[in-house]
Amino acid sequence: MSDSTSEALGFFNDRYAIDPAVLSSLLGTALSRGGDFAELFFESATVNSIAWEDQRVRSANRNVTQGVGIRVVKGDAIGYAYTESLDIDAMRRAAGTASRIGRAAERPVPVNATPYIAGGNYYPVGEPLTYAPPADKVALLERADRAARAFDTSVSRVDASVADELKHVLVARSDGRFVGDIQPLIRINVGVLSERDGQRQTARTGGGGRFGMDYFERITPEEHAREAARQSVLQLEAVDAPAGTLPVVLAAGDSGVLLHEAVGHGLEADFNRKGTSNYSGRVGDGVASPLVTVVDDGTISGSRGSLNVDDEGNETTRNVLIEGGRLRGYLQDEISARHFGVTPTGSGRRENFKHYIMPRMTNTLMLPGESTKDEIIRSVDRGIYCVSYSGGQVNISNGDFVFSVTEAYMIENGKITAPVKNAMIIGNGPDAMTKVTRVGNDFELSDGRWMCGKDGQSVPVGVGMPTVLISGLTVGGTRVG
Amino acid sequence: MAESITSNLDLARLAVDAARRAGADAADAYLAAFDESEVTVRKGATDRVIEAGSHGMGLRVFVAGRTAVCSTTDLRPEALETLARDAVALARISEPDEFAGLPDPADLFRGRADTLQLFDEAVEGLSTDQMIELAVACEDAAFSSDSRITNSDGASMSKRSSEVVLANSAGFVGSYPATSVSLMVEVMADDVEGKKRNAYWYTSERSLHRLTDAAEVGRIAARRAVAQLGARKTGTTQAPVIFEPVMATSLLGHLAACANGAALYRRSTFLADRLGEQVASPIVTIIDDPSEPGRRGSRPFDGEGVGSRRTPLVEGGRFIAFLFDSYSGRQTGNRATGSAARGVEGGPSPSASNLSMLAGDTPTAEIVAGVTSGLYVTNLMGQGFNPTTGDYSRGAAGFWIENGKLAYPVTEVNISGRLDAMLANIDAVGDDHTWFGGVAAPTVRVREMTISGL
Repeated sequence: MSDSTSEALGFFNDRYAIDPAVLSSLLGTALSRGGDFAELFFESATVNSIAWEDQRVRSANRNVTQGVGIRVVKGDAIGYAYTESLDIDAMRRAAGTASRIGRAAERPVPVNATPYIAGGNYYPVGEPLTYAPPADKVALLERADRAARAFDTSVSRVDASVADELKHVLVARSDGRFVGDIQPLIRINVGVLSERDGQRQTARTGGGGRFGMDYFERITPEEHAREAARQSVLQLEAVDAPAGTLPVVLAAGDSGVLLHEAVGHGLEADFNRKGTSNYSGRVGDGVASPLVTVVDDGTISGSRGSLNVDDEGNETTRNVLIEGGRLRGYLQDEISARHFGVTPTGSGRRENFKHYIMPRMTNTLMLPGESTKDEIIRSVDRGIYCVSYSGGQVNISNGDFVFSVTEAYMIENGKITAPVKNAMIIGNGPDAMTKVTRVGNDFELSDGRWMCGKDGQSVPVGVGMPTVLISGLTVGGTRVG
Repeated sequence: MAESITSNLDLARLAVDAARRAGADAADAYLAAFDESEVTVRKGATDRVIEAGSHGMGLRVFVAGRTAVCSTTDLRPEALETLARDAVALARISEPDEFAGLPDPADLFRGRADTLQLFDEAVEGLSTDQMIELAVACEDAAFSSDSRITNSDGASMSKRSSEVVLANSAGFVGSYPATSVSLMVEVMADDVEGKKRNAYWYTSERSLHRLTDAAEVGRIAARRAVAQLGARKTGTTQAPVIFEPVMATSLLGHLAACANGAALYRRSTFLADRLGEQVASPIVTIIDDPSEPGRRGSRPFDGEGVGSRRTPLVEGGRFIAFLFDSYSGRQTGNRATGSAARGVEGGPSPSASNLSMLAGDTPTAEIVAGVTSGLYVTNLMGQGFNPTTGDYSRGAAGFWIENGKLAYPVTEVNISGRLDAMLANIDAVGDDHTWFGGVAAPTVRVREMTISGL
């Protein structure tokens, strides 16, 4: 048995007397009306956050949740139930509710749940931040506040927060798979308000991942604070964004969010199973410039989107989605993998035990190419250089996307010039991928701050890419001509 | 609702008492319990059925001006004692804050909590099979209303019966039951070069009888998807932009984010120094009203127990009010407006409830007829709004208007401007005021915005 499975089982056994016999019995109930497959997902999460506002701790928060989500599959239909109460009667009721999707007369089914040895450990955190003294976390916020204020006299207010989460999960399935995991996640956020000559600008930044306090030795609160302050002050000097279709250079790192939205979602197998994605039925086709290789990799040490096992208990892996411009495959959960007759890719995720499972991304990356960043910038006469983003949205059915760019610059005659404010970039994912004309050799993983939303469920994800040139995208600005 | 021997009111009181015993000067407990079910059908077959009951409590404590908020889903009395002790211990890391505390007792809700038509027995009584039937009818209508509809992302129907309970150490105890019910469908048509044109439509209410007819929801979704067939980009230009009612509601959301007491004390709103000024066209009036009976955002009291009241934000174009919870009110020398939104997790913060832009007197057809060349917006994408500066920039789709008529569908363009200029430039407000859940607006025309495309 792997350490994390035995540790997670020990956790639920100590607190709620969950053991293999209880799991087997609940799975038997879940299948008692003719379901083909059943699964129990136990989760216990503690989330701490400390909110710093204007030079003091405004509030300290802690949320503790626990529960079990029960899924029963019958053909293509799914029955779900969940309960926050982990006493045997409540769990049995939930299993009975989920079982009804089977619609047959009740007949107990013997199931044998035996702990399984899961794969790697991609977040070997010694001491989770969740157990660290709160005063140590407050000290991080004080340091961030001081550094942001010291950055520039126009900085007039600093709001910051540090949040940590520790999740214990246990997955037991009627096909015998039974694994557990312990998932730490931390995040620091810094927001800076700067004011000059009656003009106000705010900027926010942050980072983190599946780390402990050691994260702040590598990337200090001061670095995050100075970055937020820099962006905020920069906005005070920025010019209006140009409007129209222009070459766009995406900076290494955070720009991966564009890849996540514009390409990644369309490659989630549920959309393709239903034929509602623009990538449906196109495995093997050329769908991007030959310079483009995209992978989704759940195994990057400490990254925000990494998981040892997904929420269906399958090991995560490194999935090549697009290779040299050609579509290789989709992100699969159990249901879609059965549909396509392929192996699950470790992509089954859920926000928590109250939510159903869907194929989701973990860390979505574009692999590096040959060009240097300088070559890429030099090749552009007039365009924009996009560095950081506040978010984006995609229409999965047709690939149309938009992104709000919080840090961008004009490129004029092959040089990065004035900062630009409030730029949007608008395009179509598949179309933009065919317009990738240069890919840099400077791959960078974004520092962990991204949250991905789908069907109302949020999960943490990682993104990364090198510097990339897209020959033309619509830039939504206010400066016409 | 979750079964309990002790009532939820008792549990909330118990947590508050435990917090006082543990050393809190003041405390309030917010408990929410609900039963929910949701069905999803796709191409006529059941795809997913979810049924569950849920509960949780958030406890906020004040210890010598220091605040902590803890939540748990374990509502056993002994667990609530632990919750109270943890919260009081956690508060010690906060700094004393003169503005922290419970609302002014004079603002707390008094009266009957059951007069707002928030609960509908017909919603509670709806069976899973009935919900499946309605969802099937909705999707069916989409397919059968237009043969160009070729695929569906499914139709879902969901319902929820909940009880909200709030108790505080100043003696306030209140609770109210509420229901909600929603129906949603997304369908698509195939355009040239395999591009998919998809659209969704939905209806969401507290009572079953207020829901839009299931087949009508399906037909609207189908009509919206098919209308986008052949959509193309347009050139970059400056032109009038018309927001249909469901799109106009997003402008109200942006305004409410700026007319927010927390944004005011953080100085992160462009409206910070503009109270009393004319910020919008004189034909614009925007009201937030949690006391309107039967709406999605209605409630007898807010997340701190402050009674609900109507708050006009913009009247005849003049910006006249921010929305406050008690903390942001005290920070800025204002009274709470009953606008504290709260969930089980985290503390309260100001938010709009039922937000409505009042109807104007221009028939919708005339609003379009009055445009020689411009954009009629039926879809917006992205979060391109900056409350600190008012800068607005979002992806858009809809129709190009030529000589007063919708000429062809448009996609992949961007519209941008500044929210204050957009509001000031509203030159027509329609007579077609429509509610979508807790927000309502008529058709709105903005005289000029930048449209970015080719």
